[in-house]
Amino acid sequence: MDFLNAIIALLNFVVVPAMAYGSQLALGALGVTLIYGILRFSNFAHGDTMAFGAMVTVLFTWLFQSWGISLGPLPTALLALPLGILGCMGLLLATDRVVYRFYREQKAKPVILVIVSLGVTFIMNGIVRFIIGPDDQRFADGERFIVSARTFKELTGLREGLAIKTTQGITVITAVVVVALLFWFLNRTRTGKSMRAYSDNEDLALLSGINPERVVMITWLIVAGLATIAGVLYGLDKSFKPFTYFQLLLPIFASAIVGGLGNPIGAIAGGFVIAFSEVTVTYAWKKVLTYLMPESLEPSGLVQLLSTDYKLAVSFLILLIVLLFKPTGLFKGKAV
Amino acid sequence: MNPALKNTLLFGIVAAMILYTGFTQSWNTALVIVNMGLISAIMALGVNLQWGFAGLFNVGIMGFVALGGLAAVLVGIPATPGAWSAGGWNILSAFIFAIGVVIAVVTVRSRMTPGWPRAGVVLALMIGGFFIYRALFDPGVEAVEAINPALTGNIGGLGIEKGLWVALAWPVGGLFAAAAAWVIGKTALGLRSDYLAIATLGIAEIIIAVLKNEDWLARGVKNVVGLPRPTPYEIDLQNDPAFVERAAGFGMDPVTASTLYVKVAYAGLFAVVLIVLLILAQRALNSPWGRMMRAIRDNEVAAEAMGKDVTARHLQIFVLGSAICGIAGAMMTTLDGQLTPGTYQPLRFTFLVWVMVIVGGSGNNFGAVLGGFLIWFLWVQVEPMGLWLMQVITAGMEDGSPLKSHLIDSAAHMRLFTMGMVLLLVLRFSPRGLIPEK
Repeated sequence: MDFLNAIIALLNFVVVPAMAYGSQLALGALGVTLIYGILRFSNFAHGDTMAFGAMVTVLFTWLFQSWGISLGPLPTALLALPLGILGCMGLLLATDRVVYRFYREQKAKPVILVIVSLGVTFIMNGIVRFIIGPDDQRFADGERFIVSARTFKELTGLREGLAIKTTQGITVITAVVVVALLFWFLNRTRTGKSMRAYSDNEDLALLSGINPERVVMITWLIVAGLATIAGVLYGLDKSFKPFTYFQLLLPIFASAIVGGLGNPIGAIAGGFVIAFSEVTVTYAWKKVLTYLMPESLEPSGLVQLLSTDYKLAVSFLILLIVLLFKPTGLFKGKAV
Repeated sequence: MNPALKNTLLFGIVAAMILYTGFTQSWNTALVIVNMGLISAIMALGVNLQWGFAGLFNVGIMGFVALGGLAAVLVGIPATPGAWSAGGWNILSAFIFAIGVVIAVVTVRSRMTPGWPRAGVVLALMIGGFFIYRALFDPGVEAVEAINPALTGNIGGLGIEKGLWVALAWPVGGLFAAAAAWVIGKTALGLRSDYLAIATLGIAEIIIAVLKNEDWLARGVKNVVGLPRPTPYEIDLQNDPAFVERAAGFGMDPVTASTLYVKVAYAGLFAVVLIVLLILAQRALNSPWGRMMRAIRDNEVAAEAMGKDVTARHLQIFVLGSAICGIAGAMMTTLDGQLTPGTYQPLRFTFLVWVMVIVGGSGNNFGAVLGGFLIWFLWVQVEPMGLWLMQVITAGMEDGSPLKSHLIDSAAHMRLFTMGMVLLLVLRFSPRGLIPEK
């Protein structure tokens, strides 16, 4: 019985939150990695792209809520999500047209593009704060839990409860669907194949008649979709605050690099590696250990490896370790 | 127009803008801008060293600036009575132990042949070391933080508070930043350029997280206030009859005169630091070493073929540039008189400095200094300008309409937008900056 309780506690406090967080990171890292693969620079504006997409979604969610439209048990934000994606697509295409295209034509060095993306970060951050303000915004509604801790305890008679929030369930399911669609697109469709060809070898792709501007445009469209979905899911799970999206940049980049920049499978794996290590390292293991160990050996402290404030440090450490020992990432990424 | 004249003119324009602020707003405001402008110019010099000379992309300036600030605290405030005997030695021994473990791991890695046994030993050393470290560290921290938590609860420092000696904290800040930069450089230099960017971005966030959470070090978000200053205090000046008399001679009341006097004194000190660093940077730029750096920047492969150790040179200049940012950070904390880790934001401390360097002209030290002053001036003045703009835009709307109040409230966020615009416009239309590299 104690063993079961330990597993449930572990599931409740580590596995479920890490799964949800990992899915969000993976979606974010996929966006970063796609831009890296096709446009060949690290896009520092990705966090703020997520914030922008999420903001448009939040605004539409409020509009729908004021009209009394809802999805019943599901959050209304899901209904507003396509509109958010459209808004984000518009923004990214405009940015590409106004800003990035010039440097692409000039064949500027990647580091110049990174600096340019910093400028874009500034502007997007400014726009988001200008429209919605810098504060926390709540926009989640609908049923809060799929399984609440109390029902679970009543059902099983265990001392530990297992709670799964609706947002966590939605996050994981959406992530699976999105990733499946993305891989189907990249591997099965003509456009997807042309994208991969362009990413592998630009010159050969040009020779075989692939239109680079079209590939770039489609990349931005997909990235807008991924960023908005990741941003909205993160916002639903935690809350929407423009500044936190900028801070997400580090774990997202860590995920993309750990998996191997430019490699979509790597981005997903990296997202879960980072999420699980962040959660396990900052989780206080006392509860689980008390169930598992004999009473005489019960830990006195919290058995927390690092305080939760150092979450960022964990993703950073893993990033450093991977960079030191396997600079191209766990799955072979590109190294330009 | 010849370049020298153009540059003098540019500096003249910035000076005129600051003077204009002095005449129309107040001299105190103008001097505040000058002081922070001097500090910003020093930060820009540091970044220019890294980016302009060597092409290194560092986005962790905030972290190095904050480390400088930490030095100002650790040098300036006196040791908390009883803190060292209660837990200070524990903390110190934990650190020494941690360094020992790291050395042991490195030795094992270099001595043993690669394979599972080595991986096992390294892992065991790291995990075992971590737990022993925590066992040493945690009680020490608890004991230190328990000492009068409302007022201190931190370890304190050297307590150097007499006059100009306070400025000793500035080079120490540089040393702190240099040490952090060495660790980062050792791991991330030599890899692709983007990796350095991400590693520095990460280390900056972590340094801020440490400053926020390690209360024993500098009280975390409870902030350390009342740091010693190298200049006299206003209140002492106001009580000094000789000063009051002299102020009256200039036709000023003692309160205004004393605030101005203190700010001018700071400006003098900062200007000395800036000039010294500028001369050093200028000498470095024109020395064989500077030419080598630019050669490496322009063509790494060719420089390597000429027998230059590219990674070592990169590490060197990365450490130097970060140290300059650390010095500026310590100066800023001394000027503020307090360390408030909660106020360090990457957009303000990292990206703004980048805008300064790029707008001023990367690769040119005078450009960096000009950019420091100009962008800082804009950063301060954009908010009132934005507010004014919003009031003009909303003038036609009726009072109390939600859109009007929203627009006026949001004027503060115009800053980020403007800075981003400035950066992008300069990069696009004048990528070499206002004072281009020769």
